[in-house]
Amino acid sequence: MKEHIVIRTVSRLLIPFIQLFALYVIAHGDISPGGGFQGGVIIGASVILYVISFGMEDGRRRVSESISDFMNSAGVFLFAGIGVLCILAGGAYLEYTAFAGKAAHGEHAEHALHLASHLGIYGIEIGVGITVAAVMMTIFFETARHEDD
Amino acid sequence: MISAENLPILVIIIPLISAIITPLVGRIHRSIGWLVALLATSLSFAYSLALIRSVMENGPISYWLGGWEPPWGIEYVVTPFNGFVLCVVSFITIVITLYARKSIEQDVSESKIPFFYSLYLLFFTGLMGIVITGDIFNLYVFIEISALSGYALVAMGRERDALIASYNYLILGTIGASFIVLGIGYLYMVTGTLNMADLSARLPELYDSTTVRSAFAFFMVGLSLKLALFPFHIWLPNVYTHSPSTVSALMAATSTKVSAYVLLRLMFTVYRPEFVLTVVPVTKILLILAALAIIIGSVIALAQTNIKRMLAYSSVGQIGYIILGASIANQTSMTGSLMHIFNHALMKGSLFMVVGAMVYRTGIVNIEDMRGMGKKMPFAMAAFTIGALSMIGFPFTVGFVSKWYLAVGALKADMWYFIPIILLSSLLTAVYFWRIVEAIYFREKSEKLAGLPSEPAEAPFGMTATTLFLSLLCIVFGIAAFIPTKVAAAAAKLLLGG
Repeated sequence: MKEHIVIRTVSRLLIPFIQLFALYVIAHGDISPGGGFQGGVIIGASVILYVISFGMEDGRRRVSESISDFMNSAGVFLFAGIGVLCILAGGAYLEYTAFAGKAAHGEHAEHALHLASHLGIYGIEIGVGITVAAVMMTIFFETARHEDD
Repeated sequence: MISAENLPILVIIIPLISAIITPLVGRIHRSIGWLVALLATSLSFAYSLALIRSVMENGPISYWLGGWEPPWGIEYVVTPFNGFVLCVVSFITIVITLYARKSIEQDVSESKIPFFYSLYLLFFTGLMGIVITGDIFNLYVFIEISALSGYALVAMGRERDALIASYNYLILGTIGASFIVLGIGYLYMVTGTLNMADLSARLPELYDSTTVRSAFAFFMVGLSLKLALFPFHIWLPNVYTHSPSTVSALMAATSTKVSAYVLLRLMFTVYRPEFVLTVVPVTKILLILAALAIIIGSVIALAQTNIKRMLAYSSVGQIGYIILGASIANQTSMTGSLMHIFNHALMKGSLFMVVGAMVYRTGIVNIEDMRGMGKKMPFAMAAFTIGALSMIGFPFTVGFVSKWYLAVGALKADMWYFIPIILLSSLLTAVYFWRIVEAIYFREKSEKLAGLPSEPAEAPFGMTATTLFLSLLCIVFGIAAFIPTKVAAAAAKLLLGG
């Protein structure tokens, strides 16, 4: 579809907004519908749209194999790592309120606990988003690849 | 800092994180992947040992994920029953990891090795998760983690048939998993809870409900598929035959055992013993299937010409033993069944490792070509002989211990007719293993073997040493049987609600 000027212009225009929307979905995942999975799928879809309109080679130049492989692992690592940080902070695995530390017993205890669990969920949503986006891309690149290369 | 209370989650999270970083560090150097795998499995084993020690002294441990109180949150539970299985699985996996390094260099293409170890660790994470979790949906998630990585591991075999075997396994495994998740859905529908302990408290008053009964039927069929209980075993021989040697050994030693664990856990701790024994007497059906598995598995094994396939059919028979002991359901037979989970892991693990070593050095998989192998690979064949004796149930080997418990258990339950079945199957096992032992020691070299250099050539040290180690354990625990028996008896008592 490289010769279709309309498709190329429209996707060039849309992709930044699609990705911005994806970030919005991820960022608001902890308090409203949406979250890491949905946001990650949207990011992945934006890359797929790019590849459809500009071709495999161009797409792989933007998102190389090593980058998507790295993202595959990095997202899960972020998720699991936050869990381990909770243990290190003295809580159970994924017990975000442990991040509040001493503030959990101070005068703004409720606020501190709230903030801590928000931050924790935020972190894992970002992790989920990264991995889902990368897996979407990987699956697309792998299935779209020609058998001979 | 990391304290003792967090051990239950660390058993899972260490291999999980290692699985994620393996493909990344594997880019730096190929062998780092193996090192990470070894480190992760060793840590898991050390923590499992610490857990079982603490459980035997201070009673069950419950761990709340994210600090959420069960039944709302996910709970990890360690009892003597699953602590025992945790130790068995992680121990066998360490030994196989040590064995894997050389074997995998030959079996899997070089660029895929980091991914192999990543999947290997994920598979291990899934198995450990299945065993430790106290939440039935979490159980399903872990079943899928281990199954999906299992399919990919099988497909890594060099032959084309590996892909077909993996595909069949994928289809049947997915059907099994769907049945399990349907069962979980039905239980959730009527009880509104997913926590196993909570379920077991709520279910008795609903035992008459058709929903609860159909859920149970779904669990039985789904798990029988995963377990490869006769007649649901058709995926298993191809998988064991065509996957890389390490994967055959790992799966034979751990994954069907863990499925057996799940079956017992659901039958006796989610549903109660009185449900499976009297309300819906499923144990009667299982007894028949187990007896058929024992006999037919042995008979088909007798007819095989490929050694890996023969061992696979022999596994079908051995799974029958585990289910037989569990379905007789008295203290002695249940102890025997649990012991057999451990003992069969040792025996079948070491036998598949011998075959892997033989394939590594000579490429021989046909029984016919194994003639005269005793002179070529004396240590590996010694390990094979010990494994074979143990499979037959020779005294002073682990095979004898569990068969003894099963036979005594059957007598105590007035089911004497299972004793001839156990004897007949032992006889058949003796026939199909002894023809090999005879061939490797007392026959002239086969043409294929004569074509190779005549001096003894063992597989690399790491492979031979681990294989011998496992087979020696078959004797050690055959004589010092009281160590695992103590834990298994405590676990059996727990399962039967004593």
